Amino acid sequence: MLEIAGLSLRVSGTALAISVLLGVPLGAALGLRRFPGWSFLRLMLYTGMGLPPVVVGLFVYVLLSRSGPLGSLNAVIIPRLFTPAAMITAQALIIFPIVTGFTMAALLGVDPMLRQQLLSLGATPWQVTLTLLVEARAGIAAAVAAGLGRALAEVGAVMIVGGNIAGETRVLTTAIVLETSKGNFDMAIALGIILLAMALVINFVILQLEERFIRPL
Amino acid sequence: MSEAIFRLRNLRKEYQQRVVLDISHLDIYRGEILVVVGPNGSGKSTLLRLLNFLEPATSGEIEFMGHSILPGTPVSLHLRRQVTMVFQQPALLNRSVLTNVAYGRKVRGMPAQNGAMTRLLDRLGLAALAGNHAPTLSGGERQRVALARALAFQPAVLLLDEPTANLDPYNVSLIEGLIRDLNREQGTTIVLVTHNVFQARRLGHRVAFLLNGQVVEIAPAEQFFSAPQDARTRAFLNGELVW
Repeated sequence: MLEIAGLSLRVSGTALAISVLLGVPLGAALGLRRFPGWSFLRLMLYTGMGLPPVVVGLFVYVLLSRSGPLGSLNAVIIPRLFTPAAMITAQALIIFPIVTGFTMAALLGVDPMLRQQLLSLGATPWQVTLTLLVEARAGIAAAVAAGLGRALAEVGAVMIVGGNIAGETRVLTTAIVLETSKGNFDMAIALGIILLAMALVINFVILQLEERFIRPL
Repeated sequence: MSEAIFRLRNLRKEYQQRVVLDISHLDIYRGEILVVVGPNGSGKSTLLRLLNFLEPATSGEIEFMGHSILPGTPVSLHLRRQVTMVFQQPALLNRSVLTNVAYGRKVRGMPAQNGAMTRLLDRLGLAALAGNHAPTLSGGERQRVALARALAFQPAVLLLDEPTANLDPYNVSLIEGLIRDLNREQGTTIVLVTHNVFQARRLGHRVAFLLNGQVVEIAPAEQFFSAPQDARTRAFLNGELVW
C-alpha cells in the first residue's frame, strides 16, 4: 500500500513540477502581455482546462504505442507505454492547461494601474514582473493546488497509459477501481482515505509556502 | 531657479491620430513647484506620463538633466529613477504599509529603514499604521501612503496627479504642507496637476494653463492669477467654460 501511495505521489508530483515550471511562466506572460492571437490562445487554454482525462490517455496511448508516431521512433527520451514516465506525460498534459490558465487569471486580476505605478517608482521590468507575481500569489497557489488535485484524483489517463500493473504502474486511484470491482470495499476505502490525507498534507504545505514565502519585492 | 531640469521642445502625443498634447516649448526649473491647471481632458495627465517616461512621445524632444530623449530612445534606469509620480488613484501593493512605503528603496537596493523614513512616516501620520495591511486603509491614508512611498527614495522630481482629489480638508492640508516643506527643505522639483484653482494658488511658484493639449499661458503664480494675459485663462479662472 505504501508502494502504491508512493508511486501516486511520484507520478502526480512530477507531472505537477513539470506543469508548474512551464505553466507559471507561460501563464504569467499571458496575464501580463497582449499580442495577436492572445484571445485564441486563451480560448484554447480554457478549453484545455476541461480536457477529459480518458481522451488525453487515449491520445498519449496512440502516440506512444509501438506503432504510433512517437513510439515507433524508439528513442530513449520517448517514454514507453505502461511505465510511470508515460503516466507522468499524460498527467502533465492534463494539468498544464489548469496551472497555466489559473496563473494567467490570477495575474489578470491584479490592478492594471499597479504596473505603471511600480515602473514610476523605479522598478525595472523584471522587478515589476516579480512584484506582480507576488501580488497574485493567492491565485498562483490556487493554480498549483488545482493542478495537484486534478493529477492525484485522475484515474482514466493513468489507467489507459499505465495499465494498472501491480508493483509497476498501480497508483491509488487505479487500485481503488480494482479493489472496488473485486468487492474489497474495506481496502478501497482505506486507499481512498490515504489519497485524501495526501491531498490534505500537500495543500497544507502549498498554503504555508504561499503565506511564508513572500519575497521582499 | 533659473536652471531647467526639463526642457520640452515640439512635444506631441497622439492616440489613434488624435492629438492629446502639443507643446512647442516648456521649461521646468530645478527646485520649483509648477502647477498645471486645466479642464478634464486637456492633456495634464498625459504630460505627467511623458515626464515620467512611462510612454514615449509621438514626436519632439524631452531634455532631462541635460540628456536628450527622443521618441524611441530608451531612457536609462538611472534617469528614470530620478522621477516619480503619485497617481490620482493610488494603486498599493496588497502588503503592509511599511512594505509599500519601502518599495522604491528596495528596488534601488537601498536599506528599507532609516531615520528619514521614520520621520516621513511620522510626518504623514502613518507611523502607527506601518504594520497595517494596505487594502484596509481609508482613502486619505492610502493617498498618504502613496506620497510617502514616492518620497522615501528622495527623487529629484515629484509628479503629482490630482493628489488631493476627493480628500477631506485635513488630508488636503497635511499633503499640501508636506509638498511645500519638501520643496523648501530638499529642493525637490514638483510638477502638480490639478483642476483646483485654489490649490494652484496655494502651492504654485509658477502656474501653467493647459487647454486641448496646448500651453495657453504660463506665468509666476502671482501674475497668473492677478493679471492673466489670455482671455481663455481669464474665463477658466472665472469658472466659465472654455472651448
